[in-house]
Amino acid sequence: MERLTGAGVSPGAGYGPAYLLGGTVPEPPAGGRHDGDPVGEIARAEAAAERVAAELSERGEMAGGDAREVLAAQALIARDPVLSAEVAELIDAGTSAERAVYEAFMRYHDMLAEIGGYLGQRVTDLDDIRDRVIAALSGIPMPGLPDKGERPYVLVARDLAPADTVLISKESVAAFVTEQGGPTSHTAILARALGVPAVVACAGASSIINGTDVLVDGTTGLVGLEPTEEEVARTMEEAATRGGVLATATGPGMTSDGHAVALLANVGGPRDLAAAVEFGAEGVGLYRTEFLFLDRETAPTEEEQEAAYREVMSAFPDRPVVVRVLDAGADKPLAFLPPTGTEPNPALGERGIRILRIFPDVMLGQLHALARAAEATSARLQVMAPMVASAEEATWFAGACRAAGIPSAGIMIEIPAAALRAADLAPAVDFFSVGTNDLAQYAFAADREVAALSDYQDPWQPVMLDLVASAASAGVPCGVCGEAGSDPALACVLAGLGVTSLSMGAPAIPWVRAALARHTLAQCRAAAADARAATTAEAARAAARAHLPGLAELSL
Amino acid sequence: MPERKVIVESPVGLHARPAATFVQTAAKAPIDVTVAKPGGAPVSAKSILSILALDVKNGEAIVIHAEGDGADQLLDELAAIVTHP
Repeated sequence: MERLTGAGVSPGAGYGPAYLLGGTVPEPPAGGRHDGDPVGEIARAEAAAERVAAELSERGEMAGGDAREVLAAQALIARDPVLSAEVAELIDAGTSAERAVYEAFMRYHDMLAEIGGYLGQRVTDLDDIRDRVIAALSGIPMPGLPDKGERPYVLVARDLAPADTVLISKESVAAFVTEQGGPTSHTAILARALGVPAVVACAGASSIINGTDVLVDGTTGLVGLEPTEEEVARTMEEAATRGGVLATATGPGMTSDGHAVALLANVGGPRDLAAAVEFGAEGVGLYRTEFLFLDRETAPTEEEQEAAYREVMSAFPDRPVVVRVLDAGADKPLAFLPPTGTEPNPALGERGIRILRIFPDVMLGQLHALARAAEATSARLQVMAPMVASAEEATWFAGACRAAGIPSAGIMIEIPAAALRAADLAPAVDFFSVGTNDLAQYAFAADREVAALSDYQDPWQPVMLDLVASAASAGVPCGVCGEAGSDPALACVLAGLGVTSLSMGAPAIPWVRAALARHTLAQCRAAAADARAATTAEAARAAARAHLPGLAELSL
Repeated sequence: MPERKVIVESPVGLHARPAATFVQTAAKAPIDVTVAKPGGAPVSAKSILSILALDVKNGEAIVIHAEGDGADQLLDELAAIVTHP
């Protein structure tokens, strides 16, 4: 078989025909003309637009919920009478239907892009509808996900956007492969949440031909094209063997000499709960509440929020459930939290706690809903704020939590300033949770979404270990909820640095549990000390492994 | 010349869900309906793209204009969508 290699970001092996998502509709050539029947050509354009509109509405009905409204609005664009008149006018002047659709859509694309802000974000939707209409006209396959096939497919894409993923299910997808993205990209997080094998940052992935049989190993990063039956069998067996070792690892997280490290799950909404329970999470270490707020123009009511929070808390009676209040900002703009100005660097702008201080009502509503949900269940509610940089912000947030009746208030440590002076922030709060993804982004001044900069996202960088050590020795319990916690070797190092809990995508929990159970706290501490003494991520990894012999038994 | 000048109360202005509801309502009517910013050029109220491109924000005024049977009732309905979000 032909081999491509990327970064394995979600374990397990998958095999199936490739399905290439997106980027497959070329721009119709400029100057394209029809053969002289404008009436027929206009009818063709209108029929294509109507077919797309009907399909979008139908998909929305199938998905239900917020997706129904989003897709209904897209259908409205496909049926826009003014747009349709402009297409007809271009066709009357001799332009082919494909090119006329392209040009008419691009007029609005440019107009909305120039207005910017919320409307600027909508041009992607507009382009998607345009491509669908052109695809319908020229008989090429529609962009987007295929209907459920006879066997699960391997979804191959340049990168996956949240909008691509509303209808993805484990039953129809055998694995994900993307050309871009890193361990913390949307694709990786989604794959781990679903328990689907995934390989990202795979050079050459977008040149895979639709329908090619692809074998994916989400641990080693292998992407094999047209494998033989033996190759498929061997890879699947290796993955199953690893899975078997894991199945024997049960119980709460602890080192072999009994030092407890709570193993918690990152959840993005009620749909992740089943996996969290299945993989034996001891609670929730990061409940991202954004899903309640995205794609709506008013904040959800306190009652609606309370129900969603109660659903998660009641899955973990007597266990910790750590909820992060809304993490919004210019990079994920919400209509009810409008950016207060244009921000050339949204990641460095008014996001997280900064925007919550400008619109405190949204946060207070969330805190009240959380406090009420906690009263109805026995889960141990802990609430934390994102993007806290100073003791003053930490004090403000903890005060708001106490006033709302929340028993435990904490902060995310994801800004180097907060990590370095963690001892100044600790007295204001009950706990810390280190978000390693953003912490690396800010420590290295390297955008976490840019694949070319993914080396900077390596949590083994010794400076990252220093920052975690600083937070973990500040005198309050300190968890790690970034993707770093899901690396079994690194989990041992983090435990050695004094981290008290690790939160991760649920499928990684058995690996981390098995790795911790094979080492003593002294081994973890020695691994941590030698890793911090190294000068590169590679050297830190090697230095730590020398103290962690049990990893070999896990074929890691 | 039946028309209504109303202030858009929806927090997101005439975008997103209010815009979609507005256009869906206008599109059902058999008569012509237009929307303009005061003093600006009117656009079809049945065109979601034209409405979005107007970029009407919360607190801004719009003038809705319709002519023909049922114009008054339709204008009341459309005005209610933007004033009672």
